[in-house]
Amino acid sequence: MLILFYALLIFCIIGSIIAIEIRNILASVIAAGAVGMALSILFLFLGAPDIAITQVVVEIIVLIILIRSTVSLDNTSITKHRDTFAILSSLIFFGLFLVFAFMAFQGLPKFGEPLMKVSTSYLRDSVTQTGASNVVMSIILDYRAYDTLGEATVIFTAILGAFVILRAKGKKRKEESDRVKVGIPEKEDLPEALIEVEE
Amino acid sequence: MEGMTFIVKTITRLLIGAIFLFAIYITFYGHLTPGGGFAGGIMVACGFILLTLAFGKKMSLGKLSDFWASLLDNLGAFTFWSIGMLGYIAGYYFMNFIEKSNPFGLFSAGTILASNIAICIKVGSSIFAVFMALTIFGRFISDLIAAEDED
Repeated sequence: MLILFYALLIFCIIGSIIAIEIRNILASVIAAGAVGMALSILFLFLGAPDIAITQVVVEIIVLIILIRSTVSLDNTSITKHRDTFAILSSLIFFGLFLVFAFMAFQGLPKFGEPLMKVSTSYLRDSVTQTGASNVVMSIILDYRAYDTLGEATVIFTAILGAFVILRAKGKKRKEESDRVKVGIPEKEDLPEALIEVEE
Repeated sequence: MEGMTFIVKTITRLLIGAIFLFAIYITFYGHLTPGGGFAGGIMVACGFILLTLAFGKKMSLGKLSDFWASLLDNLGAFTFWSIGMLGYIAGYYFMNFIEKSNPFGLFSAGTILASNIAICIKVGSSIFAVFMALTIFGRFISDLIAAEDED
């Protein structure tokens, strides 16, 4: 089982590199989708079926939207050359990240051993206190429901912003012209003799 | 003919009920089995997106128009917030004020079921609405349909 886990992990890394490096945008989107599906199986291995279900359905939605918007593009491949400065700086920062991540992961507790006392108390008392047999749901909708309300607000605001930006023309009526505000009638309404005088 | 081929339409007609049923199951049993309101809501949106891809936008917008989608989005968010405010009846914000019964029952977890349903309605309608807004770029959806009706 551990071999399969590490094989999926390596598949994720290779798929991510392909998604970044490949020239065709549609192939890049498909590689990103494959990485997401492998990630959902990894969540199942780690004992988190809630996250695995959410990962699968969100990945499907994202794939559909990305493919729909990629197919409608005229130019689906990148021909621009990469500059060396970007590669060099990203390599340096990636090396720094690896060093500091290695130092940080030394201090983490072993996998499956909770660090804080509160998580053991959740595992012990959640069924009797909330009545929900799914501990994850009892945490996110009972003990930490305020955080979930914040998440719902984030989604709400993001979708409101998307609606406003994707709209081409506003709902507001056109501003009245200055002539009407001051009280002068429009040019079309004036008799012809007056237009000649005005000009 | 709008939409995809005859094969896709037939398979969609067979599967769409099962997809919505599974989404409702995931939502209602979120406190007993893995799942929850967010996953169920995205499955509802997936069903509507499948209808859009298979039968064209006119059919799916006839089932759930963009006006109703944004209205349901607001209603779901408001319901979830008001469940939190109703906690003040018993004591504090977001208190689980409904009486709990024996575990492993459908109505065992108090407000968690109601919150799940509210989140499902909110997420499903809003993801569908944003999909329609993204695929029909930069135009009012109802305007587009009106323009097509005139042609």
